Amino acid sequence: MGTVPLTAVGNAPGCWDRPLRDQSLRASPCAQHAAILARRVATLETDVLVVGGGSTGAGVARDAAMRGFATVLVERGDLATGTTGRFHGLLHSGGRYAVKDPVAARECVVENAVLRRIATDCIEDTGGLFVSTPWDDPEFGDSFLEGCGATGVPVAEVSVAEVLRREPRLDPGITRAFEVPDAAIDPWKLVSTNARSAAEHGARILPYHRVDGLEVRSDKVVGARVVNEQTGDDVRIRSRIVVNAAGAWAGQIAELAGCGVTVLPGKGIMIAMNHRLVNTVVNRCKPPSDGDIIVPIRTVSVIGTTDVRVADPDELEVTDGEVEEMLDEGEKLIPGFRQARALRVWAGARPLFASDEVTDTRDVSRTHAVLDHAARDGVGGFVSITGGKTTTYRLMAEHAVDAVCAKLGVNRPTATHEEPLPGSENGHFYTLGSRLRAREPVPGSEEIICECELITRERLVQAMAQRRPTSIDDIRRAVRLGMGPCQGGFCIYRTAGILHGFERLDQEAANSALLDFLQERWKGVQPILHGDQFRQARLDDWIFQGLLDVQHLPE
Amino acid sequence: MTEARWSVARVGPAAYDTVVIGAGLAGLTAALRLAEAGQRVAVLAKGVGATHLSPATIDVLGYDDGAIASPAEALPGFAAAHHGHPYSRVSVDLLRASLAWFQDCLEGHGYRGGLDENLLVPTAIGAAKPTALVPGTMAAADLRGGGRFVFVGLRGLKDFYPALLAGNVARAQLPGGRTVAGRAIELAPPLGIQRDPGPLGFARRFEDAGFRAAVVAELRSRLVPGEVVGFPAVLGVGGVREVQQELEERLGHPVFEVPALPPSVQGLRVFETMTGALRRAGGRLVVGSTVGAVRTSNGHVDAAITETAGRPIAYRAGSFVLATGGFASGGLELDASGRIRETVFDLPLSGVPGPNEPRLAREYFDDHPISRAGVAVDEKMRPVNGETEPVYENLHAVGATLAGAVPWREASGNGISLASGYAAAEAILGVPS
Repeated sequence: MGTVPLTAVGNAPGCWDRPLRDQSLRASPCAQHAAILARRVATLETDVLVVGGGSTGAGVARDAAMRGFATVLVERGDLATGTTGRFHGLLHSGGRYAVKDPVAARECVVENAVLRRIATDCIEDTGGLFVSTPWDDPEFGDSFLEGCGATGVPVAEVSVAEVLRREPRLDPGITRAFEVPDAAIDPWKLVSTNARSAAEHGARILPYHRVDGLEVRSDKVVGARVVNEQTGDDVRIRSRIVVNAAGAWAGQIAELAGCGVTVLPGKGIMIAMNHRLVNTVVNRCKPPSDGDIIVPIRTVSVIGTTDVRVADPDELEVTDGEVEEMLDEGEKLIPGFRQARALRVWAGARPLFASDEVTDTRDVSRTHAVLDHAARDGVGGFVSITGGKTTTYRLMAEHAVDAVCAKLGVNRPTATHEEPLPGSENGHFYTLGSRLRAREPVPGSEEIICECELITRERLVQAMAQRRPTSIDDIRRAVRLGMGPCQGGFCIYRTAGILHGFERLDQEAANSALLDFLQERWKGVQPILHGDQFRQARLDDWIFQGLLDVQHLPE
Repeated sequence: MTEARWSVARVGPAAYDTVVIGAGLAGLTAALRLAEAGQRVAVLAKGVGATHLSPATIDVLGYDDGAIASPAEALPGFAAAHHGHPYSRVSVDLLRASLAWFQDCLEGHGYRGGLDENLLVPTAIGAAKPTALVPGTMAAADLRGGGRFVFVGLRGLKDFYPALLAGNVARAQLPGGRTVAGRAIELAPPLGIQRDPGPLGFARRFEDAGFRAAVVAELRSRLVPGEVVGFPAVLGVGGVREVQQELEERLGHPVFEVPALPPSVQGLRVFETMTGALRRAGGRLVVGSTVGAVRTSNGHVDAAITETAGRPIAYRAGSFVLATGGFASGGLELDASGRIRETVFDLPLSGVPGPNEPRLAREYFDDHPISRAGVAVDEKMRPVNGETEPVYENLHAVGATLAGAVPWREASGNGISLASGYAAAEAILGVPS
């Protein structure tokens, strides 16, 4: 990835707000930093520094900014590239946890209802089903009903005939079925709208800014040293409180302040299958296990997931065995599942917080914990929020900012449960046909750059203007480009051309953007290529390597 | 491929001398060559072939370790080093003859070049790609001599980005240290309400005098003397040579085409010319007929049975040519259990990675072991079991179905199709190879 010459933090591509140069930027006067003054060192001052740009971090930034705190968020990559952007897209009803993890279930019940008010544009109201397949004990259904009743998960048993009428692809051997308010939630939109809202309330959102170290003075965290990953510039951020919202990476951040936080990264793999094999979230009605859910989201269906404890959340290998297991489990819900086109496989790392040593990550509660390191480790100015799940991101943020308020001795209640996110003000849920409906009045009246996802040139250029991306992957997350059946076979060359013409990228950077995307995409498709999707991949080889000859672009 | 299906198929007397399965360049080459020689030929095709996905250039051999300047010089060594490659089954003389035949039968396309020297033509992203033969619409595209090039974009054509192209072309490494200057011009000719006409829509507009006049009016004053003008390959369908000539006269500059993303208007022109010639030579093209079963006996193919609306139809012939393409076209298939098969005859395959070997490499641009899988053939292009034993005495396989090549990396696809299709026809006609 080529980098773009940049001058200051606020001009970094991917920045969400006004350039910071005309704000409070000034050169650091600290003598001890003279050595790094040879490189540019900018300094920011803020009340709250949030580390981590997933749903939790973006939620914390929004909540803190809405409560009137000067807020800066730093994320080492693009927003939502950690765990949030790598999950199946389920808005939990709480049903999954009703039997085994009632605390988590109750939180999901409340937050499901809240997000259905404030984040409607991110949610497709698919509804959810728990079904007992011939492989599942039908009596678990009784425990399930009981658990839902005890935790407040709205549930109703429905007849098998009715379920098969609604979802005719499901195994007709299903013995019981229960309806719950699961839904599909778009993780990128959720994070980007939280970030946008935070910026509207004055927060600075800085993607591609990696925390290099925390500054600890007299047992108190007073700020962070941050590196702009795109320019190599150093930035010093002084803050009254640092909120560690780094999720599966929270242990690594806490370590920088000498605090021990044990986060068990639990690897989960997911496979996106072409088309909507179901239009309702479908769960196996049994204790949580591998491959027990299919989430219809946008134009695909995602099957998930596994849970394997891993040492490093950055090393998430997908094995052939895991892929086979997912496809086998899919067959149990939808006969013929293996014949559908698998588009892409990926893995995410759940941030499971453990207070004691736990061997099986499935046994760790899915609820979250706010850690005030002053009480816990004798380190002031530092709060970690970890555990949890995207469904409860807002509650996690609220609890984290409550802790910030307590530490700063102020009483400012949250309003994030009431104020809709940008784009959700009208209270309309996203619907699958909305992009097609918008294109239909005059067919051919717009240039469609990505035919799979119906992305127009206008929308793409708008996203480029907003996000200032330097990679095609950034744009992919912003508009869901290249995520359909052809996996970018046609739109990626077009996007490289538009990006280049947009004068964001010089020649080498534009070439690199395309080549990097092809390699990045390969990681996600290589383990699952067969059948028609392999055929598609071969057509893409002809386009990129044969027709365009991209591997022989000038150095 | 069930017995039941065979039993309901209408079986008549042998109606054809040769049945060709597949209507890409390889299948059409074999069919047309045979029809010209007086054979009764039928081409059975599921749909249109890979012509509509490919440029009209005939890339014989563009890359081995590096770019190849002369295919004729490189081929003997290449064939020796790549045992099992389709080029190890055909002689340089036969390749030369197939190119000459192709140029002759597409005379109106004005093909230039040959086997002795590769041209270097810009791709749509601006790589300088070696190729042996180019249609007349690309004659002025050769970068080898250097020069000043202008690339013209058209608003509404999302498959062509002249600035990106020009920037890369300007940095091309050329033989003899020559240099290319490249710049881009964007035009906005009138499109009416349709904002996204696609390559074929633009090609049809270029056959309209008013549209051409608008393009010329907008472009002429912006050109500098000495510049060569590159358009996306949408300068007309059947009338492209006239369009090119008119643009060159009215602009006062040489004009050429740059192949862009599928659907390929250039490939469509080749398809139209070759299928037209096939019909005139008495051949029959049946598009929309998938060969779902075959009947064989004693190492002999008796009939190909197509699934069509209503009922299966058996096509009997003396010879059969399998030209169904590789994985991209459906001639080869990788199923969910990891098995690779040839989809019509279930022929024995060569180059298949073993059960414990990876099929695909971890890095996208690495060599993927599965890429060379395919049907191995003898010098008569007959699929063989092992090294030399033909599976069926009267079956020939051609084009991307063949084992041993990675055409999109070697820049050898259309060359292999042309040579193998031609070689199969020669073998069927009994011409000594």
